[in-house]
Amino acid sequence: MGFEILSYGFMQRALVSGIAIALMCSVVGLFLVLRRHSLFGDALAHSAFGGIAAGLFLGIYPIWTAFVVCILSALGLTKIRQRFQISGDAMVAILLSSGLAMGVILISLAGGFTVNLFSFLFGSILLVSLENTILILGLAGSILIVILLLYRQLVYTTFNEEQAKVSSIQVEKLSYLLVVIAGITVVSSMQLVGILLTSSLIVIPNVTAMLFSRGFKQTSILSMIFAVFSAVAGILTSYSFNVAPGGMIVLISIILFGGSLGIKSFRQKKRVLVLNKEATKLS
Amino acid sequence: MIVEIENLTINYDGILALDNVSLSVEEKDFLGIIGPNGAGKTTLFSCMLGLLNNYNGEIKFFGANIRKSKQYLHQIGFVPQKPVFEKNFPATVAEVVGMGLTKNQKDNTIDKVLQKVWLHELSHRRIGDLSGGQQQRVFIAKALVNDPQILILDEPVTGIDLQSKDLFYQILRDLNQKDNITVIWSSHDLDAVAKLASKVACLNRTLFFHGISEEFFHNENLLKMYSESSMQMHMHNHED
Repeated sequence: MGFEILSYGFMQRALVSGIAIALMCSVVGLFLVLRRHSLFGDALAHSAFGGIAAGLFLGIYPIWTAFVVCILSALGLTKIRQRFQISGDAMVAILLSSGLAMGVILISLAGGFTVNLFSFLFGSILLVSLENTILILGLAGSILIVILLLYRQLVYTTFNEEQAKVSSIQVEKLSYLLVVIAGITVVSSMQLVGILLTSSLIVIPNVTAMLFSRGFKQTSILSMIFAVFSAVAGILTSYSFNVAPGGMIVLISIILFGGSLGIKSFRQKKRVLVLNKEATKLS
Repeated sequence: MIVEIENLTINYDGILALDNVSLSVEEKDFLGIIGPNGAGKTTLFSCMLGLLNNYNGEIKFFGANIRKSKQYLHQIGFVPQKPVFEKNFPATVAEVVGMGLTKNQKDNTIDKVLQKVWLHELSHRRIGDLSGGQQQRVFIAKALVNDPQILILDEPVTGIDLQSKDLFYQILRDLNQKDNITVIWSSHDLDAVAKLASKVACLNRTLFFHGISEEFFHNENLLKMYSESSMQMHMHNHED
């Protein structure tokens, strides 16, 4: 097989889209994880499921309805949380179940599951069209530029909202912007790993990177490397073994996480041994 | 006057948190604000920093009403009571200090302020790996990074060991006396306020003393009044 598979158009589109989505998820995900919103991506993905079902039911291109429902849900969730001071995890649970309920109702009205819906649930990156690849590239590019421009404010707000406010940063506007970006990221990444696995791409590479790095920039870069590696390796191996690429991408990112935990634990044990040796010498 | 507060009254969560408070701060003052828990010190700072706006009265910084412009915030460094952040937050000391940069300073500004708080050797350490005292010094450095005229500190040494406290107070004294930074600082530590502050404001929802530090600490009636009022507030907080 070798490099031959890279000459196929579908594989090139899958890899380009996969890399763009991986970059988007890791960059946006770091802010969500550090704000303790790790499950926010999952809740958005489930609300997107409602949007997909609405699109299929109404005969509209489901990605567009997913974008609309996902972004409106994200904004609504943020507004309700700020207005009524409801805890984040409770709101995530509400959003998650309401999106799923909406989807299930619309699907049953439409007469059951369709092949189309399955591709959104589990991803279908090898079937991504040229138009969708261009759309994903455009969205990923725009999101990365916005985050780069607002990088310092976003990091500061994530670190400590109150202090960021004192530094004249528009904290609430930034929160709204971040959830909109998260919504776009989730809908885009559905095509790579599917609704059911989207949040893993947002969370796992970042948690893995945080095991090694000291600084924010270092964490962002490591997380992007882990995410891109998982996406590329997942797509290539899934083709070789004829298994679902979404599952393979997530599995590889979990293997990276497990390996990182092992390395971290080994290093800690080694450090304790060195310290004990030094203490023995001194005594 | 660089800070003027006139007839400040605010209800917070249905409770009268501050009642008709008026006080002023002059350039290079070292003002210690003392008062028991629940006396309204943090509420006062929140109003001064524009975090709470539903107050009656007027707050002016550098002669301008803070409701009209937030520009004054660029001249203020703020150190919160106990900065809340995710323990595993992946940020180095230098990155945390750099977060406070609002002007286009270069990275050497970060080194300079870290030297002022004696932390330059730890600039590449992760913030969560430092002790409480070291973290508070990082937050002072962050507050100083924009070269502010006023430093506001809300009970900054809560939960910090004695040695770190002494170093912290030394740094505050130097900032006030050598760098001419006006310091507004709330504290429970009366001994430290007596040693450091040039002026004292005694707050217990309303202001019952504002003046020269020595006047307060040499007046037994005032000290007695303060301790009785603190005790009452302490009992009241426990009853609540």
